[in-house]
Amino acid sequence: MNDTMSRFRTMTGHRLFWPAAVLFAMLAANTIYRPGFLSIELKDGHLYGTPIDILRLSAPLILVALGMTLVISTGGIDLSVGSLCAISGAIACMYISKQPDQNSLGVVVTALALAMGVSLVLGAWNGVLVAVIGIQPIIATLILMVAGRGLAQLITEGQIITINSEPYRAIGLGHALTLPLAIFIALAAALLVAAFTRRTALGMIIESVGGNSVASRLAGIRSSRVIFLAYVISAACAAVAGFMMTANVSSADGNAAGLWVELDAILAVVIGGTSLAGGRFFLSGTIIGALIIQTLTTTVYAMDISPQTSLLFKAVVVIAVCLIQAPAFRARFSRRRRNVPPPAPVADKPKEQVPA
Amino acid sequence: MTTGSLTAGRTRFRLPRKQIPVLATLALLLVMYGIGVSQYTAFSNVQVIFNVFIDNGFLLVVAVGMTFVILTGGIDLSVGSVVAMTAMVSAWLLQEGLPAALVLVIALLIGPTLGLLMGCVIHFFEIQPFIVTLAGMFFARGMCTFISGSSIPITDGFWTRMSQERIGDPKGNFVSISVLIAFAVVAVAAYTLAYTRLGRNVYAIGGNPQSALLMGLPVGRTRIAVYTISGLCSAIGGILLSFYTLSGAPLIAVGMELDVIAAVVIGGTVLTGGAGYVFGTVLGVLVLGVIQTLITFDGSLNSWWTKIVIGGLLFVFILLQRLIGIRYK
Repeated sequence: MNDTMSRFRTMTGHRLFWPAAVLFAMLAANTIYRPGFLSIELKDGHLYGTPIDILRLSAPLILVALGMTLVISTGGIDLSVGSLCAISGAIACMYISKQPDQNSLGVVVTALALAMGVSLVLGAWNGVLVAVIGIQPIIATLILMVAGRGLAQLITEGQIITINSEPYRAIGLGHALTLPLAIFIALAAALLVAAFTRRTALGMIIESVGGNSVASRLAGIRSSRVIFLAYVISAACAAVAGFMMTANVSSADGNAAGLWVELDAILAVVIGGTSLAGGRFFLSGTIIGALIIQTLTTTVYAMDISPQTSLLFKAVVVIAVCLIQAPAFRARFSRRRRNVPPPAPVADKPKEQVPA
Repeated sequence: MTTGSLTAGRTRFRLPRKQIPVLATLALLLVMYGIGVSQYTAFSNVQVIFNVFIDNGFLLVVAVGMTFVILTGGIDLSVGSVVAMTAMVSAWLLQEGLPAALVLVIALLIGPTLGLLMGCVIHFFEIQPFIVTLAGMFFARGMCTFISGSSIPITDGFWTRMSQERIGDPKGNFVSISVLIAFAVVAVAAYTLAYTRLGRNVYAIGGNPQSALLMGLPVGRTRIAVYTISGLCSAIGGILLSFYTLSGAPLIAVGMELDVIAAVVIGGTVLTGGAGYVFGTVLGVLVLGVIQTLITFDGSLNSWWTKIVIGGLLFVFILLQRLIGIRYK
């Protein structure tokens, strides 16, 4: 009895348990509501079905959220990712639309390189403001969030630019190995970031900077360089997400592309267990977080509720997740429970405060 | 002031330095106005200034509430959505046939209630204001579309009267009642911050929450109060917006929180809290309003320039604050 209890406790104590449980519960609820929800079928050599759709549609969010995870774990936040998505998509589409042969692979590659270059410069701008000048991250990136939308509209001259380029479309809608290409791009990015942060010391350095940037500077880590790097990586991720979003619809809309994605990305990171105060980060948690958000959105669509109303559900999720993670809330909750049976169980949990 | 007596020699330089951001905003405003007058003859018309107030009265009220929050070192992302929700609820209840007075009371209660709740969550569960008010923003915006997916017109007599009433001078220049309400809110807020215990607590918490707590100031109560005040200001702003547009629309005031934060920052309030004035916020809103007016007067300039200019100004003022901040240390 005690053994199963402790095993249950270890399981629920795992950082991925609650996010995974929420995701599972949502999928289960969907399947009960709509029995065909989980079915996948093979058509023309491509797999189709709602789960595949969720994976494909969550790819841009996963990308943005990966970069956001690194930024948040340095103790910062990047509000400009939505605008960066709009800018990168706008530049790529603008360049392609000006070329005579939109289907040429060279043109698309040049467009992507151009847009990525600009995004990296803008990411470096954020990085300089935060790491060198020392402006509060939320404000430093607010500048580009406001001005970036304007820049994107300036690039597209306020129009929605439509392109007709097969290679570019493939970024969003193409297939490889029967699965959407977008899934592989997101997966590749996730593996790349994971390899850089978990196979090298970079991840540990980022966590130490996020834990205490002054202490890690005194310990010999160039904090400002690490923080700078996080914003550049975040911008690069946002740029790729921007390509995907615009490729999905084969058009760039400076006003609407990537709108609210920064909030979704922050939400995904928080659901994934990374604390907004910085420190330890969990890439796998972030990915599950992004999947939860996309599943929520898809569910709301499937239930014929207006997409805007999905914000109501998101609000509930944000507050619930934050409360569960908040040490103050847990303390209150566990104290009250402990009060009921006077002799408190021996298995005290001082470790709970570690992932803060 | 007390520290000034210790370093009497430096006091003279220190005081104006604290006012630099506000003075810079004032200078900027005068320069922009000067550019406008020199470029367009119609710009010198007094009505142009009045129109800036008429078009931005609701923004001013919301920015005043945000000033309180930012002075404590917090942030309130929910304001734009609460403004929209207030306008939406008013329009919906009026359509249902409720009397105007009752609608006004209900609409004015929703914002502060939400603010109170958010403040409590922020204080009692120690969750960052950013994320709590983000949830509040999602909630309020979701409620808007929950009420109706399309805009609801307001035909109520009281509302239309408030919307169309013009208070003018003999020369024909006029302001709307909304402007007077906005001024009243500014006056009350300025008095509260400068002369009441609550105001002093707000500055103290923004300056250093630990010290404020050790001094025995009611940190929790004050912190909850500022979010409630911000909610109330957003509700008043929502009512003013519904006077202005005579409708409630689910997607109205999207992104308004950013304009509001920008106005407060340009007005010289330091984002880490502890320093700033309501007067600065008024100037900040005027700067945004005059930018809009300039861009409207110059037909060739496009609306996206507004965003880029606001972003640029944000940068300049934050940099200015930062430079002054460094010298403080």
